[in-house]
Amino acid sequence: MGPLEEVLRQVVGFVYPNEVELHWGLLIVVYPYVTGLVAGAFILASLVRVFNVRELHPTYRLSLLTALAYLIVAPLPLLTHLGHPERSFEIFITPNLNSAMAMFGFVYAWYLMVVLLLEIWFDYRKDLVLWSQHERRLRRWLHRALTLGATDLSPRALHFDQSAGRFITIIGIPSAFLLHGYVGFIFGSVKANPWWSSVLMPIVFLFSAIVSGIALLLVLYLLGTLLRSKPVDMICMDKLAMFLFYALVLDFSLELLDFIHRLYEAEESIHILSELVSGRLFLSLVVLQALLGTLLPLLLLGLLSPALRSRGLVTLPDELRRLLYVGSAVLIQIGIFSTRWNVVIGGQLFSKSLRGLTVYKMQLLGPEGLFVASLLLLLPLLLLLVLIAVLPPWPEAEEHPAAA
Amino acid sequence: MNESDVNTQAPLDGKEISEERRAFLRSCALAASTLLFVGQGEAAEAPYNPREHNYAMGVDVDRCIGCGRCVEACKAENDVPREPFYFRTWVERYMVNVRGETVVDSPQGGIAGFPTAASEKGMLRTFFVPKLCNQCANPPCVQVCPVGATFSTEDGVVLVDSDYCIGCRYCIQACPYGARYLDPRTHTADKCTFCYHRVVKSLLPACVEVCPTGARVFGDLRQRSSPLARFTRLTKIQALKPHLNTEPKVYYANLDGEVR
Repeated sequence: MGPLEEVLRQVVGFVYPNEVELHWGLLIVVYPYVTGLVAGAFILASLVRVFNVRELHPTYRLSLLTALAYLIVAPLPLLTHLGHPERSFEIFITPNLNSAMAMFGFVYAWYLMVVLLLEIWFDYRKDLVLWSQHERRLRRWLHRALTLGATDLSPRALHFDQSAGRFITIIGIPSAFLLHGYVGFIFGSVKANPWWSSVLMPIVFLFSAIVSGIALLLVLYLLGTLLRSKPVDMICMDKLAMFLFYALVLDFSLELLDFIHRLYEAEESIHILSELVSGRLFLSLVVLQALLGTLLPLLLLGLLSPALRSRGLVTLPDELRRLLYVGSAVLIQIGIFSTRWNVVIGGQLFSKSLRGLTVYKMQLLGPEGLFVASLLLLLPLLLLLVLIAVLPPWPEAEEHPAAA
Repeated sequence: MNESDVNTQAPLDGKEISEERRAFLRSCALAASTLLFVGQGEAAEAPYNPREHNYAMGVDVDRCIGCGRCVEACKAENDVPREPFYFRTWVERYMVNVRGETVVDSPQGGIAGFPTAASEKGMLRTFFVPKLCNQCANPPCVQVCPVGATFSTEDGVVLVDSDYCIGCRYCIQACPYGARYLDPRTHTADKCTFCYHRVVKSLLPACVEVCPTGARVFGDLRQRSSPLARFTRLTKIQALKPHLNTEPKVYYANLDGEVR
C-alpha cells in the first residue's frame, strides 16, 4: 500500500479527491521559521543601532551575523521543495507581477544585498583594515579582500561608515518588516483557505519573528560567552529578556485577537476549524504553541521582569535567572516552530469543502523529509560558526592594542 | 441571365440540347463544384480565432446518475494518473437525512460509480454533483502563479504550461475547489482544460461526450444559439462559492445549498 492509500484510510469526513495529498510539507514549515529568525535578529540589531539601546551592544554584531547566516539558508527549503528547482530562475526573468510569491526573489535580493551585506560591511570595515594589518597569511588576505580596497581610516571615512551604517539600518527596519510580513502575506492572501486568509497574518508573522529572533540571540549570546569563558553581561541578558517579554506580550495579544475574532464571527468554517484545533492540531497548537511556547514563557519572563525585580519582589541569583531566561527562550523557539507548523500544515489538514480532515505523513528520508529539514535547520548554525570565525563579533575583537 | 432567358430555355427537351449547350452546363457544374470545394477549403483552413469564443459548461445536477463515465473518460482522454488521488473531474454524492445531516462521498472520484447506500431509511434527499475546474473568469490560481505558467486563454480556459511550471504548488493552495493536483510524473501542476485540444477542433470535452444523461452541457457563451446558451436561458443557475468572487464558468442547475 502506497503512502497516499494509507492517508486515504485516515481521512475523516469528506475531502476533495485532490486534497488527500498535502502539497506544502515540512520544508515550507522551515521556510517561514528561518526567515522569521532573520527578521527578528535584524530588528534586535536595529534596537542597538537606531534606538540606541546600549545595554544590548554585546549582541549587535552577533545579531547581524545570525541574520546573514539564516538569510543565506532561507531560499534553500523553497528550492528543495520545488518540483522543478532548475526553473526557479524564471521567477526573476519572467515574474508574474500579480503574484505575491513572484516578489520573493526581489525582496530577498534587496534584503541580502542592500541591507544586510552593506550594513555588515560598513560596520566591520575599520576592524577589517586593522585586523589585516596585524594578521598573517590566509586571514590577512581574507580580511584585506573583504575591505574591498577601502582601507581609509581617516576620521572622516570612519564617520561616513557610522552614518552609512545607521542609514542602512533605518532602511533595514522596514525591509525586515517587508521580508517577513511578505511571508505572512503569502498565506494571509489565500482567500480559498479560511485558516490562512486573514489580514492579521503578516502582522502576527512579524511579531512572532521578532520574538523568535530575540529568543535565539539570547541563547546564542549566552552560549558564545560561556564557550569563550567570558563573564556573562547580565545587564545585557536582562535587557534581552525584557524585550523578549514585551515582544511576546504583543505577539500573544495578536494571536489572541485573531482567535477571538474567528470565534466571535463564527463563519461557516468554524466547525471544521474547531474540529481541527481540538483534534489534529491539539498537541502542536494547544500544548506546544499556546501552553508551553507562549503562556509558560510569558509567566516566567513576567516574574523575572524588571518591574517586579526592581521592587525586590522576585530576586533570584544571576545563574538561576540566566537559566530561566534560556529555558524560556528554548520553549519560545519550540512554540514558534509549532506556530509555523500550525499555519502551514494546519491550513492543509482540513478540506476546502469544510467537510473533512486529512493527515500529514511526514517523510523521514527523501527531499522533503525530516532528515533534509533538520539539515536545513542546522546549516545556518554551521554557517554562523564560519561567519564568527571570519568576522569575530565579540567585544575583544574590537580592541586593537597595536593600533592604539 | 435574365428571367425571360430562363423561361425560353425551360421547356427544352433533353434530346434537343446541343453539344454546345452540354459543354456549357458541364463547365457550369464544374465551376459550381470548384467554388464549393474552394469554399470548403477556405473554411477548413480559416485559422482558429480564440477571441471569437468564450467556453463554459453547464451541469444539471438533477440529471447526473453518478455512473462515473465522465471520470473514466477524462482519465483516458487526458492521460490523468490512474491512482485514486488525481482528478481533473470527479463526482460527489450527497446524502441528506431527515435530521439535516449531510454525508458526502466520492469513492475513487466516483470513477466506478457508487456503492448502494446501506439504508435509505431516514434519507431525505440524495443527489450527485459532478465537479471539475470552474475555469474562473477571475482565477486565483492565475493570480498567484509566480512565473505565469498558469494562464487564462482568450477563449476563456485556464491552462498550465507544463514546460514552464516550477512546481511550487501555490496555485493548488489558491484553488478554492480542489480542482488542481501535482502530476507525480512531471512534477508540475495539472487540471481540467475543458479538453482544450478537442474544443478548438469543435469537438466536445470527453466528459460531455460520454455523459449518458446529458447532465453536462458544453458551449460557447459568445454563441447565442449554443446548447449552453439555451441551458443558461432556461434554467436557474448557480456557481460554486460565489462569495469568493472567482466568477466560475461552470454553471450548475438545481444545485443544493449543501454543495460546496
